[in-house]
Amino acid sequence: METLSHLAHGFSVAFTPVNLMWCLLGTTLGTAIGVLPGLGPALTIALLLPITYQVAPEASFILFAGIYYGAMYGGSTTSILLNTPGESATIVTALEGNRMARSGRGGAALATSAIGSFVAGTLGTLGVAFLAPVVVKFALSFGPAEYFSLMVLAFITVSAVLGSSSVRGLTSLFIGFVIGMIGVDLQTGQPRFTFGMSQLLDGVDVIVVAVGLFAVGETFYMASRRYAGKDEIVPLKGSLYMTAVEWARSWKAWLRGALLGFPIGALPAGGAEIPTFLSYAIEKKLSKHKEEFGTVGAIEGVAGPEAANNASAAGVLVPMLTLGLPTSATAAIMLSAFQSYGINPGPMLFMTQANLVWGLIASLFIANIILVILNLPLIGLWVRLLKIPAPQLYAGILVFATVGTYGISQSPTDLVILYLLGGAGFLMRRFDFPTAPVIIGMILWPLAETQFRRAMTISNGDWSVFYTHPLSLTLLTLAFIGLIGPHIWAYIEHRRRRGPEHVPGDA
Amino acid sequence: MLNRRRFLTSTAAAGAAGFAALHLSPAFAQDAPQIQIFVPAAPGGGWDQTARTMDQVLRSEKLISGSQITNVGGAGGTVGLPQFISQWNGKGNSLMVAGMVMVGAIIANKSANNLTEVTPIARLTGEFEALVVPAASPFKTAADFVAALKADPTKVPVAGGSAGGSDHILFGLIAKTAGVPAANLSYVPFAGGGEALSALLGNQVAAGISGYGEFSEQVKAGALRLLAISADKRQEGIDAPTLKEAGIDVELFNWRGVFAPPGVSDADKAAMITLVETMAKSDAWATECKNRNWTQILLTGDAYAKFLAEDTTRIAAILKDLGLA
Repeated sequence: METLSHLAHGFSVAFTPVNLMWCLLGTTLGTAIGVLPGLGPALTIALLLPITYQVAPEASFILFAGIYYGAMYGGSTTSILLNTPGESATIVTALEGNRMARSGRGGAALATSAIGSFVAGTLGTLGVAFLAPVVVKFALSFGPAEYFSLMVLAFITVSAVLGSSSVRGLTSLFIGFVIGMIGVDLQTGQPRFTFGMSQLLDGVDVIVVAVGLFAVGETFYMASRRYAGKDEIVPLKGSLYMTAVEWARSWKAWLRGALLGFPIGALPAGGAEIPTFLSYAIEKKLSKHKEEFGTVGAIEGVAGPEAANNASAAGVLVPMLTLGLPTSATAAIMLSAFQSYGINPGPMLFMTQANLVWGLIASLFIANIILVILNLPLIGLWVRLLKIPAPQLYAGILVFATVGTYGISQSPTDLVILYLLGGAGFLMRRFDFPTAPVIIGMILWPLAETQFRRAMTISNGDWSVFYTHPLSLTLLTLAFIGLIGPHIWAYIEHRRRRGPEHVPGDA
Repeated sequence: MLNRRRFLTSTAAAGAAGFAALHLSPAFAQDAPQIQIFVPAAPGGGWDQTARTMDQVLRSEKLISGSQITNVGGAGGTVGLPQFISQWNGKGNSLMVAGMVMVGAIIANKSANNLTEVTPIARLTGEFEALVVPAASPFKTAADFVAALKADPTKVPVAGGSAGGSDHILFGLIAKTAGVPAANLSYVPFAGGGEALSALLGNQVAAGISGYGEFSEQVKAGALRLLAISADKRQEGIDAPTLKEAGIDVELFNWRGVFAPPGVSDADKAAMITLVETMAKSDAWATECKNRNWTQILLTGDAYAKFLAEDTTRIAAILKDLGLA
């Protein structure tokens, strides 16, 4: 009840015309930067920090929140239409979304991602408002051992995206591991695989890899097959928006995605990428249309991960607002904005800055509504992009990918890496190696390795931490079931089909 | 009417903010100089905040008409430094923000360039570090912590920032003073942000070392216990001894300062020192520092150069002990 009255007060703060304008400005700006690869919400907010000297704290946080949520919406647009993810959290969206766009369902893919983002963003924001104290307790119980077990679970689950051949899938995954290892090792401060180049000390940006493998590689492949006359893009087939069947296939995926995204986003080292991987794997497992995955594009594979990344964006705000813990680059910059107002974010923030916090939460709800209103009509416009003739479209993608990559850190080295990876992506496509596991490998490996080594440092080399911590044991058990469960299930089914004299239990 | 006007000004402010809000004091464009600030880090971090705060204060004190901030991030500043040395050579109106982290990164990364190649202008601020433990910890004082460290350093996992950074360096210095071999320490590096803090709040580690500002709110809320700070003297409003008072002869500021490029004229150097000094003595700067938990430790010109040389020697020695150099 207390929460409701706080929230009502928050809405009264957010609903002033000026603050609504800030919200609109933020969401518009956020959508725009989400669309551009290389310009992320963290950078944008950092550049806008000077306005904290000019306006009231409420106004600037409402603006920042709008940018933050807006970027999550916008990031999916280029993933779906151009196979060029603007944010690391929307890489998975490109897998099915771009397939859908090529087979004439781009409008539906954009719609399910916009509406899914709305649903998950709203659920996530409700979570922030009502569950924050509980969720944060759960999040703090995650130590390095638990994170490592979570990574194991993620590895097992995402083996679903390895494609038809495990050998090819694993090869790609291992390439991802190696790319993920490039740079200064956090645990020892020593450079690995940098070949003496200072530009590689911070590793390779995952966006550069995704854009190189997906967009540039794809463009090279298309160019090489220009006269083969295959693989035509169908701009639009059927209705622009979602059909009844597509709605029916989407809503469960939205809810599952939101349920995965919010708690993992709230984990201090959870991030937005892992829930999208997990959601994709789960949707692929549960779907009745498995044949659409990787061919014409399955709508569940867009709906789930998109919901997951928006819910995780809300989850990130939980440790930030309840404990003052910034768990993403964007949250860290928002915290530094708090400081420029002389507000020290910490465990007392909800009490000492109730106006600000509840105004912010209320404006997140409003931002979500504005975003869905803003994005749905744009779909018709976006889909027209696909009507551009292939040569011009692919040339445009190449320009877009190049400019966006340069924008990440203004580094010419990144451009060289982009085109090298584009070449690699072309070869992988040509010889039928899946590219998605590279991305998954490069994101998961450093996390798994770091957490493993931290756990071992803390336990002083004692392996038992992984199975004596209840939470860690639970996660490992789940992973184990995920690994052997399907085989046992298949065996039981097999026995059952052979004859009625065999009871499944004695198998 | 009022609302509409406020909306228009706010929109204008937001639009201009992307261009470092250069529009604010056009009237002073004639007599106050424009300056360029080079930040060898991505937007948002400590160096970037230093640059943006400087820009803000310099403009509000009407010492400059505006500034342009360039960010070239990466590897503790060692990606940006070579660029500043080669491409900004001789530009008298330019400054680079850097600090202790870069000194460490240059050594650890075996960088080809170092800070003796640029022109020291001023050391501006420092953040002293804090040694904290979770509220439930058996360690009540810094002496308890050191005693446990002496007994068996492998049983005292300490969380902090990246390996070889200021937190790790302070841990190494504490161990060295206590006579504990640095190689036996159990240091758990976290990628900054809130991760180290959450490991402490979740009782995953025995203690934590980081900038005081990272922990201050948790200490006030009673979730963490502050054992000691690495400042030179007791700080107003902080109820904890310095490391020296606690019997550990270590003092450390994670300092930040500004440098001019190589090859600037003596006149330009002197003018820049005056400019930065005037800024550092302004009330506006003092307020900003207070808000951000930055301690003012102003040191200019040759004194700064001397300090830099000493600190580099000290850091190189401890990084060697920690096996990082």
